[in-house]
Amino acid sequence: MEPIIIEGTPKTPTVKFDATDGVFEIKGRSIPENSVEFYKPLVDWLESYKETPLNKTVVNIRLEYFNTSSSKCILDVFKKLEAIHKAKNEVEVNWYYEEDDEDMLEAGEDYESIIRVPFKMIEIVE
Amino acid sequence: MSFDIENYLTDQAKNNVILFYKGNIDSDVINHVLDTVEDKMVKADEQPKLRKKVYNVLVESLQNLYHHVDKVPDDFEDQTSEKFGLLIVQKVDNGYKIITGNFVHADNIEKLDEKIKRINRSSHEEIKELYKFILNHQRISAKGGGGLGLVDIARKTGNRLEYTFKKYNGKYSFFYLNILVDERE
Repeated sequence: MEPIIIEGTPKTPTVKFDATDGVFEIKGRSIPENSVEFYKPLVDWLESYKETPLNKTVVNIRLEYFNTSSSKCILDVFKKLEAIHKAKNEVEVNWYYEEDDEDMLEAGEDYESIIRVPFKMIEIVE
Repeated sequence: MSFDIENYLTDQAKNNVILFYKGNIDSDVINHVLDTVEDKMVKADEQPKLRKKVYNVLVESLQNLYHHVDKVPDDFEDQTSEKFGLLIVQKVDNGYKIITGNFVHADNIEKLDEKIKRINRSSHEEIKELYKFILNHQRISAKGGGGLGLVDIARKTGNRLEYTFKKYNGKYSFFYLNILVDERE
């Protein structure tokens, strides 16, 4: 599978999805007006990855900001990961939040309560 | 014109206005507003926590305008703006006030009013649950909105949404949303 590598912009995150090492990353700001357009290729890629996933997949989410329309797309990403996990593969989500950013921590906890995949909340201390 | 849509804004926000915008709300305008306000908050040495909240609320309020505004009335002075909106960002004692304004067609007032009333009578815990429910159950609309913007604003600020509809003519009202983002323990 071809990896997805997208450079970040002020409104869209840096993305690295690589099926060879099983470490996926979404990082930066995710505040586009049209988030479906941005996330659809990622969700489609995960749909393919789901067919032959690695034994272990680690997903690092390190967002500074995300808007509510991205929040639904991020849920779609997690739902694909949940399906991979459900098919008896190891999946782990590392949800990073900056020190004192309770809103970002709460956002991670929202997903953790909806999605049946192990989450780790990691505080970034400057 | 039946009333001046800017009067309410200038009455509400007299001093320390750090940004005023009136016109079409497109992607470039949103970028520009976000950059400008972020820059001013950094220069004013605001706490990262407050800065982030203001930034988040600005994103949601601008994108609410972008996704949801109704078209302007036929007799309105600005016929070229497809998505006409007003925005004021004001520095206040413990934070920032963000006031937005846009036309709402009479047919859409009740629904919006109900939505805000529901948010305003909910406790913080209920708002969190409402957010999660909408996140998990509602698809992104044809307009591109997720239906979460106002809920998110109420959740992040912890404040009631102040708002008013001013009748413009028989078919349209002008909707003002007055959001306080303040520092809290």
